[in-house]
Amino acid sequence: MTTQQSHNVGPSHKSVEAGVTTVIGIFGAIVVYGSIKAGINWGAEGPKAGFFPFYIGLFIIISSLINLWNTLREDDGNLFAEWGQLRQVFSVVIPTGIYVGVLPFIGLYVSSMIFIAWFMRWLGKYEWPIIAAISLGMPVVTYLIFERWFLVPLPKGPLEDLLGL
Amino acid sequence: MEEIANLFQGFAVALQPFNIAVMVLGIVLGVIIGVLPGLGGANGVAILLPLTFSMPPTSAIIMLSCIYWGALFGGAITSILFNIPGEPWSVATTFDGYPMAQQGKAAEALTAAFTSSFVGALFAVVMITLVAPLVAGFALRFGPAEKFAVYFLAFCSFVGLSKEPPFKTIAAMMIGFALAAVGLDSITGQLRLTFGSTELLNGFDFLIAVIGLFGLGEIFLTMEEGLRFQGGKAKIDLRVVLRTWMSLPQYWMTSLRSCVIGCWMGVTPAGATPASFMSYGIAKRVSKNGNNFGKGEIEGVIAPETAAHAAGTAALLPMLSLGVPGSPTAAVLLGGLLIWGLQPGPMLFVEQKEFVWGLIASMYLGNLVGLIIVLTCVPIFAAILRVPFSIIAPLILVLCAIGAYSVHNSTFDVVMMLVFGVIGYALKKCNYPLAPLVLAIVLGDKAEEAFRQSLLGSQGSLGIFFSNTLVSTIMILGLIALFWSVIQNGFTRLRTVAA
Repeated sequence: MTTQQSHNVGPSHKSVEAGVTTVIGIFGAIVVYGSIKAGINWGAEGPKAGFFPFYIGLFIIISSLINLWNTLREDDGNLFAEWGQLRQVFSVVIPTGIYVGVLPFIGLYVSSMIFIAWFMRWLGKYEWPIIAAISLGMPVVTYLIFERWFLVPLPKGPLEDLLGL
Repeated sequence: MEEIANLFQGFAVALQPFNIAVMVLGIVLGVIIGVLPGLGGANGVAILLPLTFSMPPTSAIIMLSCIYWGALFGGAITSILFNIPGEPWSVATTFDGYPMAQQGKAAEALTAAFTSSFVGALFAVVMITLVAPLVAGFALRFGPAEKFAVYFLAFCSFVGLSKEPPFKTIAAMMIGFALAAVGLDSITGQLRLTFGSTELLNGFDFLIAVIGLFGLGEIFLTMEEGLRFQGGKAKIDLRVVLRTWMSLPQYWMTSLRSCVIGCWMGVTPAGATPASFMSYGIAKRVSKNGNNFGKGEIEGVIAPETAAHAAGTAALLPMLSLGVPGSPTAAVLLGGLLIWGLQPGPMLFVEQKEFVWGLIASMYLGNLVGLIIVLTCVPIFAAILRVPFSIIAPLILVLCAIGAYSVHNSTFDVVMMLVFGVIGYALKKCNYPLAPLVLAIVLGDKAEEAFRQSLLGSQGSLGIFFSNTLVSTIMILGLIALFWSVIQNGFTRLRTVAA
């Protein structure tokens, strides 16, 4: 990891880590709240449903506070990542989000084809013939292995209905 | 001896043609998984788990465990050839493996790594054969308090042994426990922490978490580097293998020591990574070539590989005999048992003899088959790394989606997988360990059940966990593990004061 030269290069490790730790702490608070709603006392059949998670939530809050304290106390000046690196990460996260979002509607095969083709064209700059070979080949192989040989059904969309698969 | 007879019956099961085919398939898939970036043992096994739904349980576990052995072998290939550890426990292999490859001795390093892996695994399997039935027999007498104490010990050793800050380990672990608690409470039948959402009724499945945290998270991390993989070439010919084999017996002491360290550390969770580092460290201190360590010393490859493989294999001992997995991959295998309708734990040795001994026999055969396959096929596996990442990454992402979907045939799970992927990326970047999180999701319900049942028996007094010698011993061991780094610091300080 590089030491921080200027603030424009990327977010500091310290600020991101403090953010993550805070989110974990809030998660702990939600767990505590949910547990109290479920009941944390003893009922007729022993400890109620919220008894165990209540303490788990407390542990999360306490350890997050300690982690937050440790994070804020020491500043090593390290970067979390450069903006360029984060952009690359998001250039995968966002399309994957779209892929996951449309998958229930157009089926796994069609969405995978588009996803692979997009990825190879956009990030890999491949020629269309190679892209076509892989983005069409992968779903076909997947279909044969999962649906035919191992009898695992995968989500299908309008195209598969049309083809009668 | 009854065990020997059982083992031979196990061999009869493992040697059925279908099971042999499944074994070879598993090893090959496993090595590919181990070699590919973004696919490790745990999520590789998780993605391929649905393929086994239609198989008999014994064949299914043979295939999945062989994927695991394959992934362990595969990790060594990338460590030595490309200085990229495929798994955390192959980090120590890069220290001397990669320098050897740079000096043109890649074939020797690979042969030594594969052979040591095999030796380590074999040692651990022999131990499992002899010890697991005894432990299981012993564990049959465990009540809820003892069961909880075992979970307690397992999770405490994470805190004490992992190299991450202890409170981060605790936080990660508790997140796992909280996620496990979501949904239907198994004792009272009441809903909790669902906040009115119907999707959360059944809680979080750890397989989805594994695929997201380890699979997608890893891909996102790799994207950060922009990844330009420089594929190298490697070839092992028979003469080099034989020459290296001739030189290995002189390091028998290192091997034996690493086997023992590996087995010892592997039985406690989170053991494989510290085992490989510890074994490397001790070998460096003891060896007469210690000064050459880090510059391409063959002993520096033997020590961590033997220990890591012994630990990886030994992680199955507590999973089989106690139902407590020793590593995330063992946890996925345990999840498989549940899906195939088997109850993990000591009763397996009584009720599912064919399954248990078939699995143990397949460990002997699988590692032998694995050794032969990796020694002969290294060029092919190394060539996989020459496939550019922009082709491999979308294929892996699609595979992850397929794996996540087919666990419960639910597209909501695929969305959860992506959420876990982003969480995994953030946590990993911030130094939170992911293995305890996953293990807590797996064991959360059981640990809670044992805890509440013990308290029911004692009317709410925590004294039940110290009520007899057995349970107190386990609890005290747990506390020692929990405060291990504090104890160690104390000793070091005492020693410096004395000196």
